[in-house]
Amino acid sequence: MGRMLCLAALIAASSTGAAARTITVEAGPDAQERLQTALIEAAPGDVVQIGEGRFELTDGLSLDVPRVTVRGTGIDGTVLSFKGQQGAGEGLLVTSDDVVLRDFAVEDSRGDGIKSKGADRIVYHNIRVEWTGGPKPTNGAYGVYPVESQDVLIDTVLVRGASDAGIYVGQSRRIVVRNSRAERNVAGIEIENSFEADVHDNIAQYNTGGILVFDLPNLPQMGGHSIRVFDNIVSDNDTPNFAPKGNIVATVPMGTGVMIMANRDVHVFNNALEGNATANVMIVAYKQPFEDAKYEPRVRNLVVRDNLHGRAGFAPDFPGGKDLAAAMGGSLLPIFWDGVGGADTNIRVTDRVGVLSLNLAKPTSPVTEAKPAPADLSGGADIAEPKPVVLPAAMEAAIR
Amino acid sequence: MIHRLGLTIAWLFLASAAPAPVALDLVLGDTLPPRLSDFRLFTDARGTRPNDGVEPYDLNTPLFSDYAEKFRYLYLPPGTTARSDGDGLPDFPVGTVLVKSFGYPADMRHPERDVSIIETRLLIRRAHGWVALPYVWNAELGDAELKRGGKRLPVDWIDAQGRSRSISYAVPNQNQCKECHALSGEITPIGPKARNMRGGARATLPVWNDPGTGSLDRRARAYLDVNCGHCHNPKGAASNSGLFLTWEESDRTALGIGKRPVAAGRGSGGLDFDIAPGHPERSILTFRMKTTEPGLAMPELGRATVHDEAIVVIENWIRAMN
Repeated sequence: MGRMLCLAALIAASSTGAAARTITVEAGPDAQERLQTALIEAAPGDVVQIGEGRFELTDGLSLDVPRVTVRGTGIDGTVLSFKGQQGAGEGLLVTSDDVVLRDFAVEDSRGDGIKSKGADRIVYHNIRVEWTGGPKPTNGAYGVYPVESQDVLIDTVLVRGASDAGIYVGQSRRIVVRNSRAERNVAGIEIENSFEADVHDNIAQYNTGGILVFDLPNLPQMGGHSIRVFDNIVSDNDTPNFAPKGNIVATVPMGTGVMIMANRDVHVFNNALEGNATANVMIVAYKQPFEDAKYEPRVRNLVVRDNLHGRAGFAPDFPGGKDLAAAMGGSLLPIFWDGVGGADTNIRVTDRVGVLSLNLAKPTSPVTEAKPAPADLSGGADIAEPKPVVLPAAMEAAIR
Repeated sequence: MIHRLGLTIAWLFLASAAPAPVALDLVLGDTLPPRLSDFRLFTDARGTRPNDGVEPYDLNTPLFSDYAEKFRYLYLPPGTTARSDGDGLPDFPVGTVLVKSFGYPADMRHPERDVSIIETRLLIRRAHGWVALPYVWNAELGDAELKRGGKRLPVDWIDAQGRSRSISYAVPNQNQCKECHALSGEITPIGPKARNMRGGARATLPVWNDPGTGSLDRRARAYLDVNCGHCHNPKGAASNSGLFLTWEESDRTALGIGKRPVAAGRGSGGLDFDIAPGHPERSILTFRMKTTEPGLAMPELGRATVHDEAIVVIENWIRAMN
């Protein structure tokens, strides 16, 4: 069937001159060389159709041709297995623009699952990335990993077992992450050092932390801003943190729902948050010392509104957390704020579940200086919501 | 007698007949020739004797690739020159071919004997930019074939200490060539910078393992520049890491000193800083140089083995830092 398709496409190509071809690659011996060669020989506009079955790969794959669609037969039908991987930093690396990845799975890559770098207008649709042995520190860091890209669409993606973040978007601009599911990762979904993102209609559960919006110093793109997190289910993030030490997510307490760090103009609304043992929402400054005059460690212009809160704060996973919970009648308030910045940071929380502030003076203040007390952040002026992220129409069309 | 003279004349004729020159039409064209011999860069079937105009060169500090011996050649089209202003890459004219063959002597205690060439990589400067082509040698064929998708081959040798080594040698695919050879997404040569051309007028880069050529600091920086700086620079494949290891870099944090990892994942090795001054054992940089595990090992390619001798230099460099 695949061969017939391929032939039909070739005939179509020869009759019209420059029409797109479909290059079909079936499972079997030498899968590495055949699949990699197809990804190299593809021309802009082509489809690389990966057949049904398991592809046992020995090295990372990569695509550097623009306007190529890589598609399989489904997230359980076409499986790229990197269990025997001997080299490279990720399963699949994309470095070209206007690429569509859809309908296949990547399993057990030694590093990241799928990375796209400097790949503008990339579409991830109906993709599964999984480490099949469950959460382990030896799993790769990120499941899907677009970085340094403009216009990123992640739609209907499932990631399990990443030792850093399941869905991670870094140093990018105009991002939509939707209809996706992240389970049993350290961070479910993480938007880092990025501008203009809509994260909505996702399910982040059984991770250490559900959805993270972070900004870190000493990077080419800093100053994360204009992020909306809405209509997500963020629940039961109860996997003990298994990130290798040294990584920022290794500091995320188990049972964190949505965590905002060192960003501005972030709106968190209409989410269903429950079963998060430390907090449903955590608002913190970047705590480490740093040398970077251009970096702002505090959260500014944050809105938390209209979220549904279930049980939270019942087993806070940080030093002294247990005693603090006991002192507060058994559990912490569902929204946790380090208290850094005072009024000029403009943090507005209108969810009626209560905010616990640690009242720390500075980002680097040790937790031992905390003076925990409930805080009312419902007042203050309105903070304008970032505009919806609108991606080029061709990206939406690619998944219809 | 006459007969013998005739033979001698015939032999002389054969020996002195100039081989056909390098196939400049293929160099300049836009095809991807399937066989290395198509270019006529070598005059023998083992890729050891360069044709006229294909000049060997060496580098002060080379890129480590699993202890492979490298044989480098430069071809410039007749009547052209590569102009060099500073200490960086010369301005190579269209038609330039940079040739790099990778091979292993059977016994590294006698590196000049029994060298078998595994692959020959070409970087060709065409009108629209550089093209990277990997050719893999096939002894039966007496030629090397284009393998755009890369290849793995078993390789064994006796190392300089007399130990027998064997690895799965990875010939990079065409995209992997570009992963190292890319600046802002365009292919570029890495090695033949004026500062690194052995014997060149502007060869300021020291020899990494020769203390007579430079201080420990300069030799360590030279090694990091050549082995890491092609990705770890603001326009390279590792730009998003913020870790920049080029010769020109002067910012201590960008060089990794006291810098926390960003997207290292388990590549952090449970350590907090890329370089912890005074403490190589607490530095992610050396941790990743000392492992061969895929996903952790740095550089990502050509690292089925650990470069033990370089580890000593880098560890001493970090140990001397405060």
